[in-house]
Amino acid sequence: MVADPFLVSDLVVARKGKRLLGPLDLSLAPQGLTVFIGPNGSGKTTLLKTLHGLERARSGPLSWLNTTPAEQAFVFQTPVMLRRSVAENLAFPLRLRGSTKAEIDTKVAQWAARIDLETAVSQPATRLSGGEKQKLALARALITGPKVLFADEPCTNLDGQATQAIETLILAARDAGTRVLLATHDLGQVRRLATDIVFLHKGHVVEVGPALDLLDAPKTPQLAAYLKGDIVA
Amino acid sequence: MRLIVTLDASLLDITLRSLYVSLTAVALSCAIALPLGAWLAVKRFRYRRAAIAALNALMGLPPVVVGLFVYILLSRSGPFGVLGLLFTPTAMIIAQVIIITPLIASITHQAMRELWAEYRDLLISLGTTRMQRMRAILWDGRRALLTAGLAGFGRAIGEVGAIMIVGGNIDQVTRVLTTAIALETSKGDFALALGLGIVLIALSLVVSFFIHAASATEREGRW
Repeated sequence: MVADPFLVSDLVVARKGKRLLGPLDLSLAPQGLTVFIGPNGSGKTTLLKTLHGLERARSGPLSWLNTTPAEQAFVFQTPVMLRRSVAENLAFPLRLRGSTKAEIDTKVAQWAARIDLETAVSQPATRLSGGEKQKLALARALITGPKVLFADEPCTNLDGQATQAIETLILAARDAGTRVLLATHDLGQVRRLATDIVFLHKGHVVEVGPALDLLDAPKTPQLAAYLKGDIVA
Repeated sequence: MRLIVTLDASLLDITLRSLYVSLTAVALSCAIALPLGAWLAVKRFRYRRAAIAALNALMGLPPVVVGLFVYILLSRSGPFGVLGLLFTPTAMIIAQVIIITPLIASITHQAMRELWAEYRDLLISLGTTRMQRMRAILWDGRRALLTAGLAGFGRAIGEVGAIMIVGGNIDQVTRVLTTAIALETSKGDFALALGLGIVLIALSLVVSFFIHAASATEREGRW
């Protein structure tokens, strides 16, 4: 369990002289499910990747306090499948952590059943459908019981059924104590999942707050426009 | 053809020596080149591009020059002369390793670079060490590595310039198929040279088919 809040102060991400993010300050509660929203190019993916350590921040300390990168997991918008079987994809993070064969076999069987792929465990993961791949990617991320889960638009291009399966897994992880940070464009998903919301625009945090407050009464014209579906200036 | 059909002892001896020298060279080269290719794919450092360019350039190393270089090193007056390796199959293996390592490393790097681009974020997000990343891409890209190994074998089994210099083409000691072909051609015995050539091509094809069959390359499709 993460006991302390997530603190980000004066975060700046720049690449080839171009500032992509920040300066940005953020303080998030230790529990719950934070959803990052904003137009394309607002910096959602860059922020998630930076918080996880996939992007380098040029300045600004990140206070993750109780979590190390090994205790975090990331689910990408386009699921990355190892060129191995479904079972081997699930087993991979467990092997990295030195789990025993018995532990691996048990957990792989449990998670394969949980994502309805128990009959496909020996199939190459690359041959799964888009929705199955994303479920497998999420299961692979959650199989080690991470303290923090980053999910970058995990339901993009998925149908309603696959989206529901992904959301069920994410909510179960949240209920089990995993701190979830999720980026999405889907406002319906925001209403279904979010504890709190961070609205980003042009690399800056414009609004932060409890989900219901922000969705019902946005304080800034940018968020109001975004929620209405207008183009955000 | 009579020599082939009757499994002539000297032909068998030459063929087995060719296989021994080339397969040993390929195995040693793979031990060096596969990790090197994977390391170049996952590691970022200041002179990486220059290192890759140098590796690609070394693929075109003239075998005769490599032979001369190894000859100088192994000759009695050379730094490794005391080992007495000149005109032995070991000297031929050393020359072949120098020739084919850049080739195998370069093909490995090309294949691993593409796989690394696909896996990079995932493997970093899973908290892998550099060694674990290299192992993961080498394992998952093993079918491409087969191509690299076969390319190395093809170059090694068909090599003549370097091994002629460092091996000396000594009968029953360092004579292999390619040097035997060169010798028989120079003697004007084209029929025997042609027969040896057929054996060489057949050998190359058999090894290639055997490795493909053993690894079930086409059966399992793309993973």
